[in-house]
Amino acid sequence: MTLPRVLVGADGTPMTLDRHRDQHGDLPPSGSRLVDEIAAAGLRGRGGAAFPLSRKLDAVRRGRRTPVVVVNGCEGEPMSSKDRLLLSALPHLVLDGAIAVARAIGADEVIVAVDELNPRTQDTVAWALTQRPEIRRGRLRADVAAIPGGYVSGQESALVQWLNQGPAKPTPPTPRVTERGISRRPTLVSNAETLAHVALIARHGAQWFREVGTHEDPGSTLVTLSGAVERPGVYEVSHGATVSSLVTAAGGLTERSRAFLVGGYSGAWLDMSQARQARLSRAGLAPFSTRLGAGIVVALPERSCPVAEATRVAGWLADHSSGQCGPCVNGLTAIADALAGVRRGDGGPAGLPWIARWCQQVTGRGACAHPDGAAGFVSSALRVFADELTDHAQHGPCDACHAPPVLAIPPTLATAAH
Amino acid sequence: MRLVVDPIACDGHGQCAELLPERVTLDEWGYPMIDDTEIPAALEPLARRAVRACPTLAIRLRAAQDNERRGR
Repeated sequence: MTLPRVLVGADGTPMTLDRHRDQHGDLPPSGSRLVDEIAAAGLRGRGGAAFPLSRKLDAVRRGRRTPVVVVNGCEGEPMSSKDRLLLSALPHLVLDGAIAVARAIGADEVIVAVDELNPRTQDTVAWALTQRPEIRRGRLRADVAAIPGGYVSGQESALVQWLNQGPAKPTPPTPRVTERGISRRPTLVSNAETLAHVALIARHGAQWFREVGTHEDPGSTLVTLSGAVERPGVYEVSHGATVSSLVTAAGGLTERSRAFLVGGYSGAWLDMSQARQARLSRAGLAPFSTRLGAGIVVALPERSCPVAEATRVAGWLADHSSGQCGPCVNGLTAIADALAGVRRGDGGPAGLPWIARWCQQVTGRGACAHPDGAAGFVSSALRVFADELTDHAQHGPCDACHAPPVLAIPPTLATAAH
Repeated sequence: MRLVVDPIACDGHGQCAELLPERVTLDEWGYPMIDDTEIPAALEPLARRAVRACPTLAIRLRAAQDNERRGR
C-alpha cells in the first residue's frame, strides 16, 4: 500500500540500468499474457485521455503487420513536467514498459518521442537505450525522435503523422493509428508514465496494482502540482486522493488562493470549496466537469487575476489550434478575442453569453479533442470567475491584471517542418 | 444511418445544410453543425444527395455507431 511506486529512487540524476535492476529486479519475460494482466489491472492512459491501454493493445495485435511502439514523452501541457521527470530520472522504468509491451504484441521497434526543445532528455533516453541488452543484441530496434513543441503535436495521430514525415497535425479519426500508423503498421502510442506503470504490472501483477486507487481508477498516478504551494513538483498519489491531501503533502498553501486549475489547459477551474471536496479520479472530478488529464493541479493565489490568467491561456489555446478544422480555428479565435475584450472592458458584459455559446458550439466538432478541451477550460472560467469577469467587462483591467502570470504561456513557434 | 463530417476535409461550402436542413445547420462561420441522430428512411435519398453534393467529400453516411472519438 506504500507510495511512491513509480517515483521510487527518482533523484536528480538519471538512474543507471544496474541501479534500476537493484531497485525493481529484472524485467520478467512477457508474452501476450501481459495484455490480459494490463486489462485486469484496469490501467488507463496517463497522457490525458485516460483510454484503457489493454484496448489499444488488443487493436494493435489484431493487425496483420508487425507493430511499432511509440513512447509519447512530448508532454505538450505547459504545467506538466512528470513525463520529463520520468524520462530524465527513471528512463529504464519507461523503457521496461515499452519493451514489455513490444514483446507482448510482437513489435520490433520502439520510438521514444520527446519535445525537440528538450535535448537533455533526448540525450538521457539515448544513453539509457545503449545500456539495454534487448536492444544491443538487435532483437528490437529503438530510437529517440525529436518532436516539434506545441500543444497538439503530441496528440497521438499528429505524432504518428510527424514520424511518417508529415506535418505534426492530427489526422481524421479513422483509420486509427492502432490499425495504420508508422509506415502503415499497427502502432501503439502510449504515454511515458503509462508505460512506467506497465513495467511494474509486468513484475507485480494486476492485483498488486489495484491495491491502491479506486475500483474504476486503480493504481497510483503522477501529478504536477504548482502555483501557491510550499513545494511545487511532481507527486505520486493514489487515484481518489483528495486535492487537499496533495496540497498538504506539498507543505500547504503559501498564501490565500482563489481557485484550483485541475487537468491543465484542457481541464477546469474549481473554486476553493469545490477544490476541498474534489478527489483525483474520474468519478471524483466528474461533478466539476473535468478530469485529471495529464495530472495537473495548479493553485491560483488571490493576488493573481483569474480573468487575466484565463484570457492568456485561451489566446494561447486558440494559437495552438493546428488550423485544420473550421469550428476550432474560428470558434477558439472568437472565444479568445471575446475574452480579451471582456478583460479590457470593451463592450460590457454582453460578450459573456457569446463566449458560453461558442464554447458549447465548438465541442465535439474537431478531428481531435483540442476544441473540446479549450471550451471546457473557458466554460469553467465563466462559472467560477463570473463575478470577476462581469467586473472586468464593466470596469476594465484590475490591479492584479499586471501580476506575473502563474499559468505558463510557452512561446508559440513557427510551424516546424522536416 | 447517421451523418458524419470529416472536419479536416470540410471547407464550409454549406451545400449539406442547403440540401438537408433537417439534419444540418451552419454556424456563424458557415461550418456544418450535424444532428447525428438516425436518419429515417424517408430522408435517406436527400441525405445521399447531400453527401454527393459536398465538393470536398467531407460528409458521409455511416451505419453502425462506431465513431468513437480519439484522445489527444
